[in-house]
Amino acid sequence: MSEKEYLYWLCHIPGLGAVSIRRLYEYFGSFRAIWNAGKNEIAACKVLEAQQQEAFLENRKKTDDLQREYDGLAARGIRFLAMTDQEYPQRLRPFHDSPAGLFVKGRLPEEERPSVAIVGARGCTEYGRQLARVFARGLAEEGVQIISGLALGIDGAAHDGSLEFSNCSFAVLGCGVDICYPRENYPLFSRIQESGGLISEFLPGSSPQAMNFPMRNRVISAFSDVVIVIEAREKSGSLITADLALEQGKEVFAIPGRLTDPLSAGCNRLIQSGAQAALTPADVLEYLGVQYEKKITISKKNENRLAKREKLVYSCLDLRPKHLEEIMELCGLGITECMECILELELAGLLYRVGNQYFCKRL
Amino acid sequence: MFSKINSIYLSGTDGVPVSVEADVSDGLPGFSLVGYLTSELREAQDRVRTAIRNLGLNLLPKRVTVNLSPADFKKDGTGFDLAIAAAVLAAYGKIPSLPLEHAVFAGELGLDGKVKGIPGALVLADFAKKSGFSRIFLPAENIREAAVVDGIALVETGTLRELYEMLTGSRPVLEYQREPEMLKKISFNQYSVDFSEINGQPLLRRAAEVAAAGMHNLLMIGPAGSGKTMVARRMPTIMPAMGLEESIEISKIYSVSHLLSEKEPLITHRPFRAPHHTISAQALSGGGARPRPGEISLATGGILFLDELPEMDRQALESLRQPLEEHMVTISRVRGTYCFPARFQLVAAMNPCLCGFYPDMERCTCTPSQRKRYLGRISRPLLDRMDICVEAAAVTYHEMLCSGENESSAAIRCRVEGARQIQAERFRGLGIFCNGEMNGKQVRTYCVLGKEENAFMKDVFTQIQLSARTYDRILKVARTAADLEGAPEIGRRHLCEAVSYMQIKERYW
Repeated sequence: MSEKEYLYWLCHIPGLGAVSIRRLYEYFGSFRAIWNAGKNEIAACKVLEAQQQEAFLENRKKTDDLQREYDGLAARGIRFLAMTDQEYPQRLRPFHDSPAGLFVKGRLPEEERPSVAIVGARGCTEYGRQLARVFARGLAEEGVQIISGLALGIDGAAHDGSLEFSNCSFAVLGCGVDICYPRENYPLFSRIQESGGLISEFLPGSSPQAMNFPMRNRVISAFSDVVIVIEAREKSGSLITADLALEQGKEVFAIPGRLTDPLSAGCNRLIQSGAQAALTPADVLEYLGVQYEKKITISKKNENRLAKREKLVYSCLDLRPKHLEEIMELCGLGITECMECILELELAGLLYRVGNQYFCKRL
Repeated sequence: MFSKINSIYLSGTDGVPVSVEADVSDGLPGFSLVGYLTSELREAQDRVRTAIRNLGLNLLPKRVTVNLSPADFKKDGTGFDLAIAAAVLAAYGKIPSLPLEHAVFAGELGLDGKVKGIPGALVLADFAKKSGFSRIFLPAENIREAAVVDGIALVETGTLRELYEMLTGSRPVLEYQREPEMLKKISFNQYSVDFSEINGQPLLRRAAEVAAAGMHNLLMIGPAGSGKTMVARRMPTIMPAMGLEESIEISKIYSVSHLLSEKEPLITHRPFRAPHHTISAQALSGGGARPRPGEISLATGGILFLDELPEMDRQALESLRQPLEEHMVTISRVRGTYCFPARFQLVAAMNPCLCGFYPDMERCTCTPSQRKRYLGRISRPLLDRMDICVEAAAVTYHEMLCSGENESSAAIRCRVEGARQIQAERFRGLGIFCNGEMNGKQVRTYCVLGKEENAFMKDVFTQIQLSARTYDRILKVARTAADLEGAPEIGRRHLCEAVSYMQIKERYW
């Protein structure tokens, strides 16, 4: 049996986290030795608490299906990387709490290419959703790899934007790599699997438990060179990621918002405490030292080719979703005319529909 | 001696002729009532016997047998009391049986001989007339309701004594004198609410107008206080005016449910039914051991308004699906199958999420999964039957206080009627009346797009990612929008309007 298989077995023991495994490894020298260690040796190494020791000894007996499961991984398209492997990502190596084993479906981020994590609120506003998309798209176009967590809201928008022009989207999951959580993101899940990579430290088949998510945040930040926070409330998981990133010595960017928006409070606070304000994707590219040619702006001027009426309606749009009636009042057109213009704008890709009769500008 | 009296059994909104046969013969004294009866009908014998005794008539103790024929279906209700009493009196020879042949009797008896009202008098009178009877004896309470049916003599029967005296000749048989102008005097389509009371809300107004014009089902999504209920309440006022014939058809359903009163013997305006969201499937679609019309039948010709749609019982909502397609509801019970009309227009309202503020993310406190769960309570097949889906915006202060003249219901109704006229001509002889009722094949026939419009729809489809099943609905609504303008062809702007009523983004579902 190989070292990797022993590690795979160790990963099955509940309560045995990345840090514990790493410390045990330092003590025993190999995963095989950990697995075969006697009761007294385990106690002597002083890594595990009494309770953990018991669980370890107890679970060590259950090895029935493990071998078959391990052999089946490849058939399911899942790679298992041990921290001792050559291919184990360099970016994760410096940190004492990096996962001892990684499950990967698809590719891993390339080592020499810059990568940026985009994180933010799940219940985001249109402003955040669109900016996430624009930033992800802008960065991905210049060859930057985008890392996020496949959650609803900002994460999903970032993946979506990055997949528009490139195949460099990577999702770090809080569940097994064979589980799509949340289900709404299944289309993204399958696209990332094909043209990017799904990464998780949790065993295939693990359910998305609440405690997993803060843990995977450290992996997101570890994989990236820069973390961009787009929309976060004052107390938010995204701020945990930002903290972890700072601990890991990564640069944190935040996208400023209005002072009164609760969803921007976290970002504004980050900027106050020293994070860089990302105003365009170019700011991040410059930090990364990536050469870019195109001038990148957030809002394009596209109203020039519009007809007069459509121009009028377009000028009433905003990033905040507006109801049809509000637009009508602003532009002074009748209801059917207004509907017509809106549909034209939508077909031209200048307008984004939120719900049914709420519309906002598309960046 | 033997006697036979005609009566009518009320089955759904239809009648079934029943003859009440009585026989008085020698033998052990007794009273038996047969003919496959339920217990409440069997109790009639005690009411009838006592009422006759309290009439002061002394009946000899004999063997009395009463049969309700045909005896092969279960009969219930209390409407046969009067017929049974008349049959027994005739069998004893207390009243002559000859004049009874062309008359129908219906009414419930009290022990003191008072004749009480029964449900379905309108249906009974109509059925009696169609079956060729010349006279119907009805409780005083139901006379005005039945008076709507012309061509049959109505005899008001206040007490059993009156009946006895009329039949023995000691009192003239007084036929109810219909006021000649009564029907003309009834003012149809008088509503206590009007669209002019709604400030602002141009989108809801327009959606309501299109919905009424094509009989499209309407779904309104919006925060509390955005005027959803207000608009729904005013929907009947902009539907085409109701005539006498339709009014009688609707009144029949109310008559069967015992909802007509002496004060309001006829339904003179389009019904607006707004059951509470805790309603059960049976109460909504009709049910009970002896099925009674449910809310959907009572909303026939008018509006069925379901507020707080996601809060409704799943089963109750799903029971709407078949009636929405077939415009009638069939209820099968052990005793038989009953059909009630259900030509209603569905108007539903709901909040966009639990707290009601979505998509205003600054105020909405729901998590995405909560929102999804909330909306997931409504099934896709039901949503597919909602042709028009609009989001209502919260009313602004400015709109609330604005005191300008708003368009009145009458003006809107005028346009709706114009559009209905065009539709009626289009669908002549097809059994449907409105665009909302078209099936897939009819959509292909009557909603043909021009070359340019076809290209436009192709654009819309590929760019906005519409699903194929919304295509027919878009065409139907676009047809109505064109009809409202009197345009013979569906134009680009009609399609635009129809598309914006669709639930395009699956963000909601």
